Amino acid sequence: MKTSRNIYWLWGLSSVLFLASLLMVFIFVPTEATMGVVQRIFYFHVPLAWVSFLAFFIVFIFSIFYLWKREEKWDIIASSSAEVGTVFTTLFLISGSIWAKPIWNTWWTWDPRLTAALVLWLIYVAYLLVRSYTAEKERGARFAAVVGIVGFVDVPIVALAITLWRTQHPSPVIFSGGLAPAMLFTLLVCLSAFSALYALLLWLKIAMKRSESDIETIKEAIDRGN
Amino acid sequence: MENAGYLFAAFGIIWAAIFIYILVLWKRQRSMQTDIALLKETLRRKKLE
Repeated sequence: MKTSRNIYWLWGLSSVLFLASLLMVFIFVPTEATMGVVQRIFYFHVPLAWVSFLAFFIVFIFSIFYLWKREEKWDIIASSSAEVGTVFTTLFLISGSIWAKPIWNTWWTWDPRLTAALVLWLIYVAYLLVRSYTAEKERGARFAAVVGIVGFVDVPIVALAITLWRTQHPSPVIFSGGLAPAMLFTLLVCLSAFSALYALLLWLKIAMKRSESDIETIKEAIDRGN
Repeated sequence: MENAGYLFAAFGIIWAAIFIYILVLWKRQRSMQTDIALLKETLRRKKLE
């Protein structure tokens, strides 16, 4: 009951924040001078990347907890966050590619930032595959936890690629004061909207995994009864 | 409004993907709740037998 109520609260919060972010992106924020209207992809592309990094940080932390304590609840949180993070990474790769086409005149280029982001996506796809293709559930969770911890190394590489190497990707503008106040405010609203959405999706996925676990427990109890 | 098509394509894909993902999670969760209820009922009947 409490869980459902919290989900509805998160659902409501995400809806309000997304409505506000859409109004800001399409009506409030001024059009960027160089790239024109297509630059507005930035307000969803950057939050998608940020939330992916957050999701993989959660995977990293809870994978350590799982390997340390060997309790299923930590694995449930880590694997749920990995799936949601992979969905967000897929979307930030797609939105980046659509943004690149009119600006760079190509859908994809093997630039350090883009390549590191693609590697990040592949790592967490591997994380999900390791889980589903390992016959023994506990062993799959252990292997995946190792991938989740080691794979997190790529997150700072993606984040710092634009400062470490010469790249086609735009330089950081958020912390260097390169964004107009209206643009920064819009970005912050979009970041809040995507963070609330991440929390909602994580909650739903955790609830689903717990239900799966309950089904297995009940089935075992029925089998024992036979 | 040059390149507006790319902007709407990006937003459309993001929204559609998120909506489909939520729908899949929600439906799966509901179907599992039904399974749990059925299994609990089976377990209760077995205990009565």
